[in-house]
Amino acid sequence: MEKRKEEIMKFVFLLAACASIATVAMICLFLFANGLPTIGKIGAADFFLGERWRPANDVYGILPMILGSLYVTLGAIVVGVPVGILTAVFMARFCPEKIYNVLKPSVELLAGIPSVVYGFFGLVVMVPFIREHIGGTGSSMLTASLLLGMMILPTLISVAEAALRAVPDSYYEGALALGAGHVRSVFFTVVPAAKSGIMAAIILGMGRAVGETMAVIMVAGNQARMPIGILEGVRTMTTNIVIEMGYAADLHRDALIATAVVLFVFILIINLTFSYLKGKVVQQ
Amino acid sequence: MTGLKAQLNRKLHECGRDPLSLFLLGCVIAAALITFMVLSFLLGYILWQGLPNIETGLFALQYNSENVSLFPALVDTVLMVIMALAIATPLGIFAAVYLVEYASRGNRLVSLVRVTADTLAGIPSIVYGLFGMLFFVTYLKWGYSLLAGACTVAIMILPLIMRTTEEALKAIPDSYREGSYGLGAGKLRTVFAVVLPSAVPGILAGVILSIGRIVGETAALIYTAGTVAALPDGVLSSGRTLAVHMYVLASEGLYMKQAYATAVILVVIVVAINALSSRLAKQLMKGK
Amino acid sequence: MDTKIAIETLDLYYSEFHALKNINMRIPEKEITAFIGPSGCGKSTLLKSLNRMNDLIEGCRITGRVLLDNDDIYANDDVNLLRKRVGMVFQKPNPFPMSVYDNIAFGPRTHGVKGKAKLDDMVEEALRKAAIWDEVKDRLDKSALSFSGGQQQRLCIARALAVQPEVLLMDEPTSALDPISTLKIEDLALELKQNYTIVIVTHNMQQAVRISDKTAFFLLGEVVEFNDTDSLFSNPQEKKTEDYITGRFG
Repeated sequence: MEKRKEEIMKFVFLLAACASIATVAMICLFLFANGLPTIGKIGAADFFLGERWRPANDVYGILPMILGSLYVTLGAIVVGVPVGILTAVFMARFCPEKIYNVLKPSVELLAGIPSVVYGFFGLVVMVPFIREHIGGTGSSMLTASLLLGMMILPTLISVAEAALRAVPDSYYEGALALGAGHVRSVFFTVVPAAKSGIMAAIILGMGRAVGETMAVIMVAGNQARMPIGILEGVRTMTTNIVIEMGYAADLHRDALIATAVVLFVFILIINLTFSYLKGKVVQQ
Repeated sequence: MTGLKAQLNRKLHECGRDPLSLFLLGCVIAAALITFMVLSFLLGYILWQGLPNIETGLFALQYNSENVSLFPALVDTVLMVIMALAIATPLGIFAAVYLVEYASRGNRLVSLVRVTADTLAGIPSIVYGLFGMLFFVTYLKWGYSLLAGACTVAIMILPLIMRTTEEALKAIPDSYREGSYGLGAGKLRTVFAVVLPSAVPGILAGVILSIGRIVGETAALIYTAGTVAALPDGVLSSGRTLAVHMYVLASEGLYMKQAYATAVILVVIVVAINALSSRLAKQLMKGK
Repeated sequence: MDTKIAIETLDLYYSEFHALKNINMRIPEKEITAFIGPSGCGKSTLLKSLNRMNDLIEGCRITGRVLLDNDDIYANDDVNLLRKRVGMVFQKPNPFPMSVYDNIAFGPRTHGVKGKAKLDDMVEEALRKAAIWDEVKDRLDKSALSFSGGQQQRLCIARALAVQPEVLLMDEPTSALDPISTLKIEDLALELKQNYTIVIVTHNMQQAVRISDKTAFFLLGEVVEFNDTDSLFSNPQEKKTEDYITGRFG
């Protein structure tokens, strides 16, 4: 009796553990089973390299959205990485405890704010600001990049901070012993030693930026055309899905699922790179 | 404050003769200031603009285009949180129990579970939304419904709950387990009566973080739970959570005041959740 | 004197490592038997074989027999019942993070005792036997972790007694305690041997002399000498034993 109960519960725990395997399998199944045949139907070249997205004419080229995602992600990296990594350096090696006790919760809070709130902030503050002071309509690649740069800060900071803290003190002390000051010791021994971890932070930040949807949709303009300038609107893969899924049918709907497949593959590559880099950090 | 000033002075003095050091020091301080200002400006602006717009009409029982009540959305949010947690918490905890307490080291299944959980954690919410729409809404024919939405976000938070529970279980000293076995308790009783209760603060911190994720989620819910603004009749009726409500208001552009007010409510919830989970984390550290 | 536990040709391996070699020993009933020896000699390992705590360690393999009242404990598969009969107190006090009452009641509840009145009685009895009732009777609902190390260890003894064992295994129970708490535990052990068979692992030879009736000296996974405590310490038969108890190594 007692034995049976133990066996049954062990099986239940095992089943629960398999839930994540099952869901990943299901997600892959549903996306790929719908998406891959569609890509075949549209024609891989037309789908990936087509510069036009015209659902009304059954023309589905997603190059504009791939480039859109790429550009705003790069923009977010350009905006976010310097601030994020330097903040992480500050928190790991320069920060007095009193300031740390304020800064750390702030970063955590930044991570907790819903993306729709970020998007709203972008919509009511950043879009008008850019329209009036820089130019264009305000809903643009630049706005999206700036907003995403803000949004990936907490990811960048927390991963990079952990990496910087993991560097053995002996490196730092070694540099000090050679007569380098605190700042030089940190920047020329600790930061290079944490290189893999910092790269991992950047990669994870890219993942966040590529996958972000709601904030981008509210500030990016969302025109489905090849990106033409940083003050012009762009559409990313994620926003493409949200904007059109509500009314899409037939091939149009399948083309949107195919877009999700491409997005999914991007994310998988990013995640694999991240775990590879993280593995390198552990090995060190 | 004098202590801080002295520290800063010392640092400045230290690199006074080295322009590069001075420059780099300036950079890190500036970066930290920017990070802090981003948060304060964002929160400050939302609160400053939003607080005056919180009116009693927002909490009317029924939504109509005049009061733009967020009350139904609040109810939906609470329901969504409860349902998603009811699905994901037992699943995540049990999975973590298997990984930590049962699986032997070097088990192939364990690494597969880890890899897939990491994958789940990285998938963008819109992909979840699309999957939820294809599977729960269309394939299972649940339609746009709270249930479909809850199942979708439950999958989203599963890796988070699994991970935090795993960490919490690993932090339980083996001496507790030995003590329990030594008294003749079986594995199951050891897990449920000794190990899990000791891990409660850690598990709770994960659950609270998950609540934050659910409350803030939009992309995964638009095409699963739908955007109906009325009070739900049951788990199969459609409903919008606060975050979806806010997105709809902001993108329609007709009810900006109410959107501000909703933003305030969302921010307050998130701040409260963060405070709660960091307090739990502190308690956990003290317990060690 | 009756034999409570008989160990016959026992060998124990951790994967490739041969940790215990051909152990033969008769542990008498209602006496205190001490295991001494340098660290890593296998004394704790043997102790843990007596209630099969080694089962929890991956790659641990045992051959030979351990007879408890003439039944081979390794032939029977009800490990939980075995551990109920052979209780254990660990090196570091390990009360559960719950109230004193729940700690003591954990064992009885595990073995199916229900009803408040009955549990109350068992908890009180166990605490009295462990000579800690007077110190904790007003604080039964306080967390067990709020007590001192010595008190925690006696709570753990009470917790072990509450399941009404026949044998009590003590794995260096005083190594984490101060001298006064140590003396209390030793007095308690002497008290308890009237009703229980006690096996104690100790790194402290004086402790073995003070409380044990029989002593086994271990070295490199073997029992070098097993004898009455008095004879072993005053007149060791083996050179190695003599070297150890006179402090020449270990």
